[in-house]
Amino acid sequence: MAMSVLLGVMMLCAILFAVFQGTAAEMSAGLLDGAKEAVSLALSMAGVICLWCGVVEVMRRSGLTEKLAALLRLPIGALFPEARKDGALRGDIAASVSANLLGLGNAATPLSIRAATRLQDISGRTGAASDSACMLTILGSCSIQVIPATIAAVRSSQGAANPFDILPAVWAVTVISCAMGVAAGLLFKRFRL
Amino acid sequence: MIWQLVTPLLIASVILYALLRGVDVFSALISGARDGLNVLLRIVPALVPLLAAIAMLRASGFLEAFSDLCRPAFQWLGIPPECAPLLIVRPFSGSGALAVGAELMRSHGVDSMVGRTAAVMLGSTETTFYAVSVICGAAGITKTRYIIPASLLADFAGYIAAAAAVRWLFA
Repeated sequence: MAMSVLLGVMMLCAILFAVFQGTAAEMSAGLLDGAKEAVSLALSMAGVICLWCGVVEVMRRSGLTEKLAALLRLPIGALFPEARKDGALRGDIAASVSANLLGLGNAATPLSIRAATRLQDISGRTGAASDSACMLTILGSCSIQVIPATIAAVRSSQGAANPFDILPAVWAVTVISCAMGVAAGLLFKRFRL
Repeated sequence: MIWQLVTPLLIASVILYALLRGVDVFSALISGARDGLNVLLRIVPALVPLLAAIAMLRASGFLEAFSDLCRPAFQWLGIPPECAPLLIVRPFSGSGALAVGAELMRSHGVDSMVGRTAAVMLGSTETTFYAVSVICGAAGITKTRYIIPASLLADFAGYIAAAAAVRWLFA
């Protein structure tokens, strides 16, 4: 529903603005161009997306995802005290974080939900999120993808000289953004908000 | 440059590792690629109306006027004002942000400062409100306490850092 409102507002703004600015002709042409662009963008992204999804499936089948999850156990124990004793919970959090790292958003979501439910059960809270559930959700709303394949696909479809040259910037920014989320979470927790 | 080797090396080592583990690599690649097609099939229908609406906003002159309006605040933060529409859509809609980002790359140049900043912002942030509502909704959390402020702070730090990183690395 939110998307429908957003779309309506966008179109209304464009039409009103075009009438007052006298750009109605360009605006109507833009409508058709945009629709056309959507399909050509998707088509030119398709190759990179399919290749990357294939590689990620190879990672999953060869057990690399679990290897990565095992590496993540220690930092997860530090961030989620409940997970130190509960092996299954720690496994879920580790698997969801490692799935996110590999860009497997679809696999990460159910694991995050299961971990959040378990964290809520442990805390005994019903409506309000426990501090650990807050931290888990904050982490889940930060992008921690190692290879931003979709963005590289868009860049390649637009003719970028080197679609992956933004990698170091993306990694640095991801770390800064996640650190900010974790720091804010710990700070809010301390002040019992 | 080492960055140009990261992706090929990563893909090659994943395939080699899988071969050593006895995985049928080719069939895994194919079944993953089929998932990729499904992902595309899911986002294309959303991209069509969104890109049409964004192209209308661009052609009517609205996006430019909006960027001009945001210019003082964005310049103070060091973010290209042209990226303002992306910052607004990003936390709410993944396909919307992709549409805005692709449009920015097309109209300003994919290797321009604006195009690169848009790409880094897209690659290093998430659809915050969507992620929070999915996880909390399914886990039965009704009071999200400080989740939204903390997540939005993380996004905000990401936007500023994205602009700064692109300025330092590509200027």
